[in-house]
Amino acid sequence: METTNRNKAGALGATPAARTPALASTPHPAGTHRLPDEPLVVIQPAGSAGALNLRELWDYRGLLYYLIWRDVKVRYKQTVLGVAWVVLQPLMMTLIFTVVLGMLVRIPSGRVPYPILVYVGLLPWTFFSSAVSSAGSSLISNSHLITKVYFPRLLVPMSAIGSRLIDLFIAFVILAGMMFYYRVGIGWTTLLLPALILLTTLLSLGVGTLLAALNVKYRDVGILLPVVIQLWMYVSPVLYPASLVPERWRRLYDLNPIVGIVQGFRGALFHEGFDGFALGVTAAVTLVVLVYAAYLFRRVESGFADVI
Amino acid sequence: MKPIIKVENVSKRYRLGVRDGSYDTLRDTLAAAVKSPINRLRGRGAAARRETLWALRGVNFDVKPGEVLGLIGHNGAGKSTLLKILSRITWPTEGRVELYGRLGSLLEVGTGFHPELSGRENVYLSGAILGMGRAEIDRKLDAVVEFSGVERFLDTPVKRYSSGMYVRLAFAVAAHMEPEILLVDEVLAVGDLAFQQKCLDHMKRLKQSGMTLLLVSHNMSAIQGTCERSLYLHNGEIAAFGDTTEVIKTYRDVAKRGGGEAAGAIMSGGDDSGVRLVSFTMFGEDGESRRSINFGERVRVRIALRAERRVEAPIINFGFRRGDGVIVCNFNNWYDNFQIDYIEGDCVLEGWLPPLRLVPHYYDIYANVWPRRTSAVGQDDMSRLQPLTWAHFGDFSVEGPPLTDQDGVFQQPALRWELTREDGGRVECDGVDADSLRRAYGEEASLAPPNP
Repeated sequence: METTNRNKAGALGATPAARTPALASTPHPAGTHRLPDEPLVVIQPAGSAGALNLRELWDYRGLLYYLIWRDVKVRYKQTVLGVAWVVLQPLMMTLIFTVVLGMLVRIPSGRVPYPILVYVGLLPWTFFSSAVSSAGSSLISNSHLITKVYFPRLLVPMSAIGSRLIDLFIAFVILAGMMFYYRVGIGWTTLLLPALILLTTLLSLGVGTLLAALNVKYRDVGILLPVVIQLWMYVSPVLYPASLVPERWRRLYDLNPIVGIVQGFRGALFHEGFDGFALGVTAAVTLVVLVYAAYLFRRVESGFADVI
Repeated sequence: MKPIIKVENVSKRYRLGVRDGSYDTLRDTLAAAVKSPINRLRGRGAAARRETLWALRGVNFDVKPGEVLGLIGHNGAGKSTLLKILSRITWPTEGRVELYGRLGSLLEVGTGFHPELSGRENVYLSGAILGMGRAEIDRKLDAVVEFSGVERFLDTPVKRYSSGMYVRLAFAVAAHMEPEILLVDEVLAVGDLAFQQKCLDHMKRLKQSGMTLLLVSHNMSAIQGTCERSLYLHNGEIAAFGDTTEVIKTYRDVAKRGGGEAAGAIMSGGDDSGVRLVSFTMFGEDGESRRSINFGERVRVRIALRAERRVEAPIINFGFRRGDGVIVCNFNNWYDNFQIDYIEGDCVLEGWLPPLRLVPHYYDIYANVWPRRTSAVGQDDMSRLQPLTWAHFGDFSVEGPPLTDQDGVFQQPALRWELTREDGGRVECDGVDADSLRRAYGEEASLAPPNP
């Protein structure tokens, strides 16, 4: 053991300095140029931290890309089927729900076949729920980074959501196949889909960031979340069309921001028209949650490294 | 010259939870919200249950562009906290820091490495985390790979790497950062001597390129060799700042004197138990109180305690811990069958230790007071009990033969040596005496001084 160690040491030590010209020859700005008049960075107690620094987030977009890429890559690296799971998971869910709810309970699905109705429901829902839960635990699972290096902490929940967005896009490929199979045509409303995906992403970002910030201090959040998500699915029109809800409860039901999203997806894909009220609620909730999440995150982010 | 780093009056306070401290549960917060009016009536608010520690207090200094500044101090002096504030991992409680250049920090080797990803993938990921752009990494990839010497395994997941390969690749990425200011925390301490030398050489190259460096190290010869100016932190405050030779001298003096006086706890807990560990003093063979002892010295230890109430049959233990957290040795009155019937009021416990043949280094001192044991020896283990009180008392140094980490923790002489050869020849050595090592090094130190 001792000898092998020494050998490694020898091989390492033998690397001549001249083999790394990139390091020695790079002329350094600090040595040659004047220092800026204004400090690049001012570090002050957390209370005086200003508004959300969007400029800085933009500067770090490269890191966001790598964090998303890491999450996606690592998630499927050790599974036998790999990325195929992104496709298989919603397909299997669709199959189960089609058998149980579509064929046994016989939930009416209107003019589109039940399997495609439920698949289109699961698409945004799976994205939202998985994005929110992975964003919620993201700060804790990335604590090794947070305690060792600086970058805008907001990138952590953002990357968790970004990696689920990739899954969503892959799941869309299957949707195209299903729509072709069931002969469900698309119309001009389908063009609104990107806007709906953006809305869903922003809502996930708001809720996920909020939960991530809370989870650092109150780990109860992580334990409670799966239960809440489960419950949330049943009060959302994921497995059934919203038309199944009695008319007089509809306004109350629509206060759930997921209703606007899921019905929006169906409206866009099945050319059914949109529910303006539900979408309006979703947009309003998204805005409020995003602003509050940004505020709360900004307030508690200074303590992350000390608390985690 | 205009400074590139300006640190003004920076302080950092940590709140230490009494037990777990790492996070509160919602239930605790709710319970506290209900109880707090009652506690306030009793004059026991939340502040009474929490302990605070000033990791840094009123720190002021400037760093000039292109300078290499050494940062020294004993464990717990606030060095890491200062680096964390400068690298924006944590925020100061008070004060202000201005940075006039891009700052990179190297607080560990392998930041952001993921075991499932390949070497190449990790170079990109870690590079991005350390602040490099994609184009920059593309440009430097070849140099990084060559520096690390792991070309053949570039597409193998790093979880299959040997620890040496892992460290080499991780360091290679970090070494190719080109910020204007670079903070380096004790990374030099990882790896073997050859690797440390390589790191030092690298630091020198960075210095030549005009980079401003802030180095933290326990290795005084490394600091002496690379830094013109140094900063010595002691209990969160600046004890000395300026010419490295002078600063190291102050540092050594303080270490030798250990303040002369008994040292109070730098961190403690369990103060509500009514028992408190007040101070810890260490005496050398000459009877002087010191925080720097010689290799193999017979040390006497004095612990002052204060018990507000009578505690029956307490168990008191203390010991020394290495920088990496490994407990090196531990002394316990109960294991030694020394029965203390009870403690009350101010008490002093003294212990005469066997020769401490510890490898020269810094060791942290800790002590605990435990409640009475109910079961017989070996029936239950200490880990299941909670101490009544605990304290950390800073560190002490062992001076002596230039042994290193590779020689282990304790250097004990063998009882007898024997070598037999095929030709029937035989050499032996009986009754090796305890001072043999000290003598051996005393004679040869001038010939081949191994790196400290």
